Amino acid sequence: MRSQEPRSSSSCAACKFMKRRCTLHCLFAPYFRADEPKKFAKVHKVFGASNVTKILNEVPEPQRQDAVNSLVFEAEQRLKDPVYGCIGAIASLQDKMFQLQHDLAVAKARLARCSTRTSYPSCSTTSPFSMLDGEFGMTSFDVFVVDQGCGLTTEFRQHPFP
Amino acid sequence: MHRFHKLDKMTSTRCAVCKYFRRRCPPDCIFAPYFPNDNPQRFTCVHRFYGASNIGKMLEEMPVQLRADAVESLYYEAKCRIQDPVYGCVGIITSLHRQIQIAQSQLAKAQAEISFLDANFVGVEPTSSLSESLVQQNGVEHDLDDPFSTWFY
Repeated sequence: MRSQEPRSSSSCAACKFMKRRCTLHCLFAPYFRADEPKKFAKVHKVFGASNVTKILNEVPEPQRQDAVNSLVFEAEQRLKDPVYGCIGAIASLQDKMFQLQHDLAVAKARLARCSTRTSYPSCSTTSPFSMLDGEFGMTSFDVFVVDQGCGLTTEFRQHPFP
Repeated sequence: MHRFHKLDKMTSTRCAVCKYFRRRCPPDCIFAPYFPNDNPQRFTCVHRFYGASNIGKMLEEMPVQLRADAVESLYYEAKCRIQDPVYGCVGIITSLHRQIQIAQSQLAKAQAEISFLDANFVGVEPTSSLSESLVQQNGVEHDLDDPFSTWFY
């Protein structure tokens, strides 16, 4: 017995991919337009349509677009790097963070040395950056990942997989 | 007696995946090395988002020596998605991008401060190559675009 649900005028990318009828209330239609077939193909390959359905059903409707965007991104990263996926991207960004942290510490030390020098040509010359003296703290860096609550601490860099 | 002995052997050596699906775990089960039966939660977590068949396909397509890391990364991503159903681990990436932008901005200001102080110091110290090296190291490769840059205008 065929479903009585009204049919959409044009199939979304998901229904086209799965070769099924696209209804007016299709869950995928708002997020997988017909002119973006590769987007759904990537997500389908990594997660599968039924898992995407479950994920979207667990998210409030106003946040589903963001959820789809993040799934597409994760799928793309996984297809680019089948072994590490997004975790590879995170590790790479963490490395850059640590490098920047080191560079900032070196710069801070250099500034501290510079500030002890007293031979300015004019006593009225003040550094235009003096208001920034209190802004070199990096308290947020060390805890940024812990705050996410996913167990990916800064130890991740040394021991990615305990 | 022999039948029960055989059953005991099967149930005690089944991996978490085969136990989940209530099937026999063959000696060459692709999942067994990575989903031991003493940690069923690990598989249910990954299965929830990827599905056993997708995981099996992914593992089959990669060299054996890389499969353990692949399963670990899938597990971490699944855990991130459980904790943040909307953004998953992409939330962490976005946060890292923001932190890096802040750090680069602070480094640039520090660099400018150093340059200013160096320029105004009467007894000029030899300018080390630190300034140049800091500028060179400041660049961030753009192979990892901030996911939010394409989402928000």
